[in-house]
Amino acid sequence: MSLNIRLNGAPAQTGAKTLKELLAMLGYHEDAKIATAVNGDFVPSTGRAEQKLANNDEIEIVAPRQGG
Amino acid sequence: MVEFYGQKLDSRLLMGTAMYPSPDILQKAVKASKAQIVTVSLRREAARQQSNQQQSGQGFWELIRALDVRVLPNTAGCKSVKEAVTTAQMAREMFETKWIKLEVIANDDTLQPDLFGLVEAAQILSKDGFEVFPYTTEDLGAADRLLEAGCKVLMPWGAPIGSARGLNNPYALETMRNYFPDIPLVVDAGIGAPSHAAKAMEMGYDAVLLNTAIAKAGDPVTMAKAFADAIDAGRAAFKAGVMEPRNMASPSTPVAGTPFFKLD
Repeated sequence: MSLNIRLNGAPAQTGAKTLKELLAMLGYHEDAKIATAVNGDFVPSTGRAEQKLANNDEIEIVAPRQGG
Repeated sequence: MVEFYGQKLDSRLLMGTAMYPSPDILQKAVKASKAQIVTVSLRREAARQQSNQQQSGQGFWELIRALDVRVLPNTAGCKSVKEAVTTAQMAREMFETKWIKLEVIANDDTLQPDLFGLVEAAQILSKDGFEVFPYTTEDLGAADRLLEAGCKVLMPWGAPIGSARGLNNPYALETMRNYFPDIPLVVDAGIGAPSHAAKAMEMGYDAVLLNTAIAKAGDPVTMAKAFADAIDAGRAAFKAGVMEPRNMASPSTPVAGTPFFKLD
């Protein structure tokens, strides 16, 4: 069964059950330089396997970028 | 020598890394500026971008690491306490630093700090072990609250971000310097020309943070050097003691012995 989620602001569907699974399905490497949040809360890399996904979850995946 | 949270640094220029014409020019500009702290951010990235070395966060991160400077991640664009706190937590994991340039933005037109949100976020982050560099205004009440919250550095704006207007309120900035003689103070934002940076340093500010003025210069590498020189000059002038202005002229050449001078 797939879930309706919001991925970096855009509606998406996923069959992933955890955040770790979702990242793998999206093609992120295990050691990718990214950070994550679910529903506005930070999820550390060590917590991604336990972070279960639910319908309407809002997921942020961010990477280093230039800044001022 | 300037000190932020126990870290002693020679350079008094904190440099932004955005809007450079190319990664190569960014690298050369950082070297020319002799900056030891650069600001960075975090932004959404799709998995497909990872394969592109030029565009990927990984590629940018490797470029920054090669510069051998300290990174100061920001919470740019955050408009609520919650967004700023979560962004800071993501930045801490990603950049492996407790330092955070805390921005809680009030509106898009002026990008001025939301001081109420800023103080609240600074309290939360300081308790969580962050070393907070708050982007604030010259407001002394807010500054006191930020220090109470645990901040050991204050970064008042010179002018709105990216405006190049320089020091909009020199009186308030001087007052702030005098009010907090022992707190490291950094003018952050609004600097457009090396003379603006020199002015801040002449006032006794500890450092200057800027991005656009170098990145958007016709020749960013030369401009980076110009800012470094201006900051050095301004700091030396502050230490030497700048004379007080006066209203009337005062001759510099000795009056005694002036030829043709007659006593009445």
